[in-house]
Amino acid sequence: MSARNKIVILGATSAIAQHCARLWAAEGAGEMVLVGRDAARLQVVADDLRVRGRDMIISTRVADFADPQKIQAFADEIAGAGPPDVVLIAHGSLPDQAACQSDLAACREALEINALSPVLFAEAFVGHMERANRGTLAIIGSVAGDRGRKSNYVYGAAKGLVTRYAQGLQHRLAASAVRVVLIKPGPTDTPMTAHLKSQGVALAPVEAVAARITGAIARGSLVCHAPAKWGLIMMIIRHLPWFVFRKMDI
Amino acid sequence: MVSVTSWGRLSHHAHCVTAFTSGAAVADVIRSTRPGLAHGMGRSYGDVCLNAGGQLWATRGLDHFIAFDAGTGRLVCEAGVLLGDIQRLMVPRGWMLPVVPGTQFVTVGGAIANDVHGKNHHVQGTFGDHVRWLSLARTDGETLTCGPDVLPGWFAATVGGLGLTGVIVAAELQLRPVPGPWLATETLVQADLDAFFFLSDASDAGWEHTVSWIDCLAGDAGRGIFMRANPVEAGERPEPVARTLAMPLVPPVSLVNRLSLRPFNLAYNALKKRQAGRAIVHYQPFFHPLDNVRDWNRMYGPKGFYQYQCVVPRAVGPEATRALLQAIARSGQGSFLSVLKTFGDRPPVGMLSFAQPGATLALDFTNNGGRTLKLFESLDAIVREAGGRLYPAKDARMPRDLFEAGYPRLAEFLTYRDPGISSDMSRRLMGN
Ligand SMILES: Cc1cc2nc3c(=O)[nH]c(=O)nc-3n(C[C@H](O)[C@H](O)[C@H](O)COP(=O)(O)OP(=O)(O)OC[C@H]3O[C@@H](n4cnc5c(N)ncnc54)[C@H](O)[C@@H]3O)c2cc1C
Ligand SMILES: NC(=O)c1ccc[n+]([C@@H]2O[C@H](COP(=O)([O-])OP(=O)(O)OC[C@H]3O[C@@H](n4cnc5c(N)ncnc54)[C@H](OP(=O)(O)O)[C@@H]3O)[C@@H](O)[C@H]2O)c1
Repeated sequence: MSARNKIVILGATSAIAQHCARLWAAEGAGEMVLVGRDAARLQVVADDLRVRGRDMIISTRVADFADPQKIQAFADEIAGAGPPDVVLIAHGSLPDQAACQSDLAACREALEINALSPVLFAEAFVGHMERANRGTLAIIGSVAGDRGRKSNYVYGAAKGLVTRYAQGLQHRLAASAVRVVLIKPGPTDTPMTAHLKSQGVALAPVEAVAARITGAIARGSLVCHAPAKWGLIMMIIRHLPWFVFRKMDI
Repeated sequence: MVSVTSWGRLSHHAHCVTAFTSGAAVADVIRSTRPGLAHGMGRSYGDVCLNAGGQLWATRGLDHFIAFDAGTGRLVCEAGVLLGDIQRLMVPRGWMLPVVPGTQFVTVGGAIANDVHGKNHHVQGTFGDHVRWLSLARTDGETLTCGPDVLPGWFAATVGGLGLTGVIVAAELQLRPVPGPWLATETLVQADLDAFFFLSDASDAGWEHTVSWIDCLAGDAGRGIFMRANPVEAGERPEPVARTLAMPLVPPVSLVNRLSLRPFNLAYNALKKRQAGRAIVHYQPFFHPLDNVRDWNRMYGPKGFYQYQCVVPRAVGPEATRALLQAIARSGQGSFLSVLKTFGDRPPVGMLSFAQPGATLALDFTNNGGRTLKLFESLDAIVREAGGRLYPAKDARMPRDLFEAGYPRLAEFLTYRDPGISSDMSRRLMGN
């Protein structure tokens, strides 16, 4: 990133987002706006980035992640002070699939935070970026959105929605200078997957995932699998015939 | 439950691992999951960082910096931050950790809990000498802040406290100014032990870092190479490229048997001697020579290895060190890592801090079961006789009486223990 870039991070307390921000801070990005739902947690991230980066303007903002009017007003205010160069939409939460099946409130919550909220933020910001005809909008989806699987299809459906949404946005902005990057992490070692780690599931180091993501954002890639091998793995899984797939315990 | 081991790979027991995700949550997590034990990078060799069948609190998620004052060099950070991350960030700004151990892949919390030392003890003391304060969460829900002048008892118990007084959440470290990442080094051939002690004493005044590598298989003579270094202003130079060699798999048998060891030692000596003389060296290869051979500990094979590190008082240093080298040479179980250094006359910070004035010898030994343990018994006898002690960070087997003899402030320390914390080592050496 060149000096005096403005980077806005939604879900800035996410481990993946924090590691992206650390890489940007090391490069000396100009300004970062850290957005989350909890002021104290945002403060910890901001203090850390202030030590890591020199000459940076870092601010924290608590936002509403559900209300469309508030999301629009928030984006208008942030973009009004100068259109962002990078918007990273990182928030999300891995729900318990069984709970989503037995409790519709949990199901709805999972769909809201993983699908609706990221789309509303993207839509709210992208208009400003389109008008300015610059900037990169990056949304974190997931490999889980590539094919519905019994172990987490509610989360997968939400992430699948993000995938389709990002594709459409890329199509809409194809003739503009605005880039839309869809990020699909594989299982990554973050607080979201702590329960998987204690079951011995192999997880990618978050530092490596963040490095792939910041690289893809700098290049303006359409899709970024992180780590890269997940591109191939998911292509195979997407194409497995039903008679094979139906028996798989995934 | 997942299998967890330490650097020596001597045991692989199941642990229930809970990761801290924020400093604010530590108190709640440890209260609701006690009894347990903090675990940093597991770079300790033995059982000080293990709690077989029980709870481990993984501290690596506490990796936030909190504040840095570029005028005074004071850094506040969470306890899971790696020493290497601090160096990478701060050296370009002209500040460095005053004390670093032989690997940079350790956490601030682990460095405090073992009160680690570097190659410059006679100048900078131990890691704990540069901790201005630390915050400690206890499993009863209390959190306290202590330092050399605030709750000094808690501070002295926690520095070198083997993780047993509570969980260190954050600390303020005093960094030291440096002109850059470079060291002016001098490498000298050391003919024998007398030469070591002569060089060591002669270097105390003019050299900050001193260390000697000894070829144990050359017998008891103490033949080796002596290295000393000072930070230096060396202008802009290309930094060494981080090349990482990895030990990809655990070889079925130890590569460090008598046959492979001798040529390795000789080659190492020859290599080093070729570069004898003066050189400008980056701090990383000098402080952390093995850090770019990832997982080198696997080289010792599936049964793992021990490190034996003792310190003996300076007065009996030459004699006791010679006796140790003799016993090792007789046993034919040498190691390719044999490091000898001296500690200066500083009083230790912690009640259980390892560093005390004297000479410290550290060697690795392939785990050959009873044969190896038998050798350690004869080494123990020499250390006990000399009034020395063993380093808990490296230990997996010392007898309780040697621990008690080596650490006279143990009884005082025990009054600060957190009853909700227990480790394999504490059960072995303190009964619970
Ligand atoms: C190659 C190599 C070279 C080394 N060289 C040296 C050397 O030169 N000098 C030296 O002194 N040591 C040396 N060591 C040992 C190493 O520095 C120590 O064992 C260090 O404590 C390891 O830190 P860790 O983060 O891995 O902690 P761990 O090994 O995971 O834990 C060590 C202890 O710290 C406690 N602990 C960890 N985090 C916390 C916390 N947040 N709060 C409370 N307690 C905590 C644990 O409970 C345990 O008792 C070396 C080790 C290796 C592998
Ligand atoms: N880790 C993986 O294996 C993996 C794999 C594929 C995709 N992803 C995706 O990567 C992104 C980042 O995840 P991560 O792994 O970094 O996880 P994380 O560290 O647990 O971060 C989750 C983030 O989402 C926020 N969040 C959760 N629920 C929210 C809610 N209801 N309202 C507002 N914010 C909420 C959290 O805020 P608080 O800090 O306030 O809780 C936090 O910032 C997510 O979109 C996730 O789906 C992760």
